[in-house]
Amino acid sequence: MDNDTGMIDRAATVAARATPPRLVRRVRGLSDKAIAWLFIAPTMILLLVINIFPLIWTIQLSFTNYRANRPNAEVVNVGLRNYERLLTDPDVWIAMQTTAQFVFWSILLQTVIGFSLAYLIDRKFRGHAFWTTVILIPMMLSPAVVGNFWRFLYQPQIGLFNYIVSFFTGVEPSSFEMLGSVSLAPWSIVIVDTWMWTPYVMLICLAGLRSIPDYIYEAAEVDRASPWRQFWSITVPMALPFIMLAVLFRGIENFKMFDMVNLLTGGGPGSITEVASITLKRQAFEAWRTGPSSAFAIILFVAVFGLANIYVKALNRVKQR
Amino acid sequence: MQRLNKIALGVSAAALMAAASTTGAKADELTLCWAAWDPANALVELSKDFEAQTGTKMNFEFVPWPNFADRILNELNAGGKLCDLLIGDSQWLGGSAENGYYVKLNDFFDKEGISMDDFAAAAVNAYSTWPKGTPNYWALPAMGDANGWFYRKDWFEDPAIMADYKTKTGADLAPPKTWDEFKQIAEFFQGREVNGQTVYGAAIFTERASEGITMGATSVMYPYGFKYEMTPGAYDMEGAVNSEGAVAGLEMYKALYKCCTPPGYTDSYMGEGLDAFKSGQVAMMMNWFAFMPGMAKDEKVGPVTGFFVNPGQTVAASTLGGQGISVVANTDNMDGALAYIKWFANPEVQKKWWALGGYAVHKAVLNDPSFPSSQPFAADFLVAMNQVQDFWQEPSYASLLQAMQKRLHDYVVADQGTAKEALDSLIADWTVIFEDDGKL
Repeated sequence: MDNDTGMIDRAATVAARATPPRLVRRVRGLSDKAIAWLFIAPTMILLLVINIFPLIWTIQLSFTNYRANRPNAEVVNVGLRNYERLLTDPDVWIAMQTTAQFVFWSILLQTVIGFSLAYLIDRKFRGHAFWTTVILIPMMLSPAVVGNFWRFLYQPQIGLFNYIVSFFTGVEPSSFEMLGSVSLAPWSIVIVDTWMWTPYVMLICLAGLRSIPDYIYEAAEVDRASPWRQFWSITVPMALPFIMLAVLFRGIENFKMFDMVNLLTGGGPGSITEVASITLKRQAFEAWRTGPSSAFAIILFVAVFGLANIYVKALNRVKQR
Repeated sequence: MQRLNKIALGVSAAALMAAASTTGAKADELTLCWAAWDPANALVELSKDFEAQTGTKMNFEFVPWPNFADRILNELNAGGKLCDLLIGDSQWLGGSAENGYYVKLNDFFDKEGISMDDFAAAAVNAYSTWPKGTPNYWALPAMGDANGWFYRKDWFEDPAIMADYKTKTGADLAPPKTWDEFKQIAEFFQGREVNGQTVYGAAIFTERASEGITMGATSVMYPYGFKYEMTPGAYDMEGAVNSEGAVAGLEMYKALYKCCTPPGYTDSYMGEGLDAFKSGQVAMMMNWFAFMPGMAKDEKVGPVTGFFVNPGQTVAASTLGGQGISVVANTDNMDGALAYIKWFANPEVQKKWWALGGYAVHKAVLNDPSFPSSQPFAADFLVAMNQVQDFWQEPSYASLLQAMQKRLHDYVVADQGTAKEALDSLIADWTVIFEDDGKL
């Protein structure tokens, strides 16, 4: 042990000698606070340039009629008109409802299936490590790959999905269209999102289950608590903060979901699966209504930020119990 | 504010164009931007003559159609220097002219003796002028195009199929002249067994993201009397956009979508149509004339493919496609770009352009007595170009197009509301856009 300390001291001395005297003098002249600022400055500058400045700029644009495809046109301050129009536009509310439904159903399925899988994997049966890896594969794939892959699976004439449904139900494979049908298209996205992200929820739940000390179950068994009682009185309450964390992460991600919806349905048929992010993209980069789309982006940001804050407070309350 | 926006746009453009800058224009090089499709290959071939004559190296930037507008309009908006010459869509003219993205060519045409009277009047109006109907030229007509039809000639001429059609409908099986006839034929083929394979009536445009369903539905709505304004230039859309004829046309398009398209045909455009037709799935396919030369040359389906012009109803009309070639104002090789325009306007070059598969609209080509018989679709092309109608070419065309895409797709594919409601909503959307532009 003494040897180790001695080596470290020697190394520090060598390093100090190797440091140019001017730099040493400069660093010596700085206060701890200044050195701390020096260390965090690069991160702060990056944050300002990449996050804060665009946010402030977007807020500023949201009060104008600016269009990125008309750089020579006069930019007029329109006050709250963009916000007023958006908040009274039925299409925007429909897009928000679509988003909410998508978030609700996909998170519900992912949580139920993810927790169930985690519970099974936690039993540590033979080969559980192998099956854990297999289950995790979908979340390792790129959304672009998954979107294109499922487009083929859903193809009504040659897609495997329709044939599997046909095999179990007896309906003609080409008699229904997952991506083109008004009633099925929203579910087609929920299915793919669930397939891809359930492993993620499972992983977090598994961490929660493995954090429960064995002695609690042993004490419950001494008290002759049934497995059902143990599940509801020990497992679920102790894993709940982890489940809530998974729901928070997936909720934020799904609220701004774009890539999968864009690849699978593009918001169609019609506007049936047009979630808020698709509407925003169309406004910003197809219709080039930069001002109104900036206002929409701010509304979405406030909504996600507000909901996430409320949720985090609830999460903290659960953790304190 | 504007300055800040420009700086930010400039920074973004610089980042985006970093890769492209490595191919920055040299004095003896030109980059021509266009969509990636059959005629673009013909243009590469044609341009070899220009390279040989001038020593200028031609580079090409071809973008797939679904991304063409996004990619190139971003480029123009960002003040990029990727393109010296651009064959841009007709609807971009208004915005590109007003935003200063294109060079006005009047003085150049006067100096070089290039007369717009030498080109088909409909093409000049559609591909070159802004404001519409004025002699202000921002492009040289480069590629005439309209929406037309491909059909399986072998099926239409099969004696058994012809007899069955006659028995069922009392009419002769032939390329349709009206939309009622079209629907009857499409219904006849829908789900039919031909050569042991189930086939379908027609492939039509239903694409949602870019322009597909608008281009498809207007091909039916124009013949039923759909117009954009009651008085040209007045933006008085009530009674024109939602006229009885327009409603009937849109209802017919939905009926065709419901009765006669292949399964899963909910988001389909040019590529999907070509796939369905070439694989023998459909009896008829809506698509642009631009694809006809390639189809006629196709070894497998070319010999069994026929073509017909868009059917009429109360009037004869076809949806306009095609583009003009413009000089991008930001080019570093203005002289070279103008030299290309001058070379391209030459009647001999125009004739070769047609021979290679490009749709020249120079009168030296179109008025040639041998033109109608020069290709199996040439006569139909002449008919189509004389009855074309185009979408708004306003600077706000992108917003106008997105609104129409949404309303049409909601009604036709997603079964939302009625045709009248869809067109009424469309007028409301367009009114807001024109109000924002200060035109209403």
